[in-house]
Amino acid sequence: MSNNSNAALLEFVLRLGDNNLILGHRLSEWCSNGPFLEEDIALSNIALDYLGQTRILYTYAGTLEGGKTEDFYAYERFEHEFTNALITELPNGDYAHSIARQLYYSVFADLLLTELMKSKDATLSGYAAKAIKETAYHLRHATDWTLRLGDGTEESHQRMQKAIDDLFMYTGDMFATTEKEKSLVAAGIAPDVPALKAAWTKKVESVLKEATLTMPDAATWQMQGSRTNRHTEHIGYIIAEMQYVTRAYPGNKW
Amino acid sequence: METLNPLVWNGKEPELWNIANEVVDPEIPVLTVVDMGIVRDVTREGDNITVKITPTYSGCPAMEMISTDIKAAFHRKGFNNVSIEFVLSPAWTTDWISDYAKDKLEKYGIAPPPRSTADKNAILGKPKEVRCPQCKSLNTVMISNFGSTACKALWKCEDCKEPFDYFKCI
Ligand SMILES: [Zn+2]
Repeated sequence: MSNNSNAALLEFVLRLGDNNLILGHRLSEWCSNGPFLEEDIALSNIALDYLGQTRILYTYAGTLEGGKTEDFYAYERFEHEFTNALITELPNGDYAHSIARQLYYSVFADLLLTELMKSKDATLSGYAAKAIKETAYHLRHATDWTLRLGDGTEESHQRMQKAIDDLFMYTGDMFATTEKEKSLVAAGIAPDVPALKAAWTKKVESVLKEATLTMPDAATWQMQGSRTNRHTEHIGYIIAEMQYVTRAYPGNKW
Repeated sequence: METLNPLVWNGKEPELWNIANEVVDPEIPVLTVVDMGIVRDVTREGDNITVKITPTYSGCPAMEMISTDIKAAFHRKGFNNVSIEFVLSPAWTTDWISDYAKDKLEKYGIAPPPRSTADKNAILGKPKEVRCPQCKSLNTVMISNFGSTACKALWKCEDCKEPFDYFKCI
């Protein structure tokens, strides 16, 4: 493989891995803070799925870069080096906000992985076939809760609608791409992510409708930045907490 | 000696497969890692043994322990050069759990998964029927799709009122 296509593949693999790591880290913050025990366990389980998926992707990235470890990507990069979609790094907010984020992201991940299963890269197609089974459960969880809160009490409906509205401006950034990634699309390795937008909108719309919620205006201004190394302020706090121990005790093993 | 899971054993190297079949799943100790379909292949080249294993879920925290346990089982039988290889494809499925292993699961108190090929609803929709492992009633309801480990959901029986784990279909 040429250096250029290797760099493009590395960038794409890290994009997928970073999405999983950062969202998984956010969800893990619900561990012991869930609204009740079953949901505490559900979100911790989903966080664990994301973490496992991250390990597969970071390990693959390490082989592309000749010997870097999965820990390197999690613990030794700075904020601007992470390429996760902005929505994954947002604070959890109330339960409705966490569920809205899960709905937006799970619908996206399900569509992305469906396409990635056709990748000519065997590691990526194998990863996608594994991850999509887990994502099916994440999507079902997010859908169930969107219905339950949206079509619940007046209070839960209003808070679910607010969460859906608040997070909508971060959804466009999930579909952002780069010149390098376009070369992978042409080679049949990466899916055409921006092209997933129409199916995503249709699916989200149908869930919201069933939940008696209103789909935000498609013309809503969208914040972008994750593919150009610009993040929200929130990423720094995540990295600080996640990397504290390894930075304080470099190379330590336990 | 336990039966070798016919859904994963390729009919070769029975001695080696039987050694791997002594290792139990750390989270479900009534099943071996061969019963579970976690062991994908066991091969020998001279003195070197290679065991291929696959995770049930990406984040399964038991994989390290399973690797260590497999190596230890081979060491006990005098095989000292054992390497463990992680494989992802094909992705693990509950269809690799054999029928006798499902019986063992039910006796242990975990409702076994249905065949995903026979019951497509099992993955995305509601499984058709989940039988209470305690009283065998079909009058059961799901409490949560996420249970005590990644591979289980939490159900309860409306007849005997007992909560129970259901091995979810993937
Ligand atoms: Zn019962």
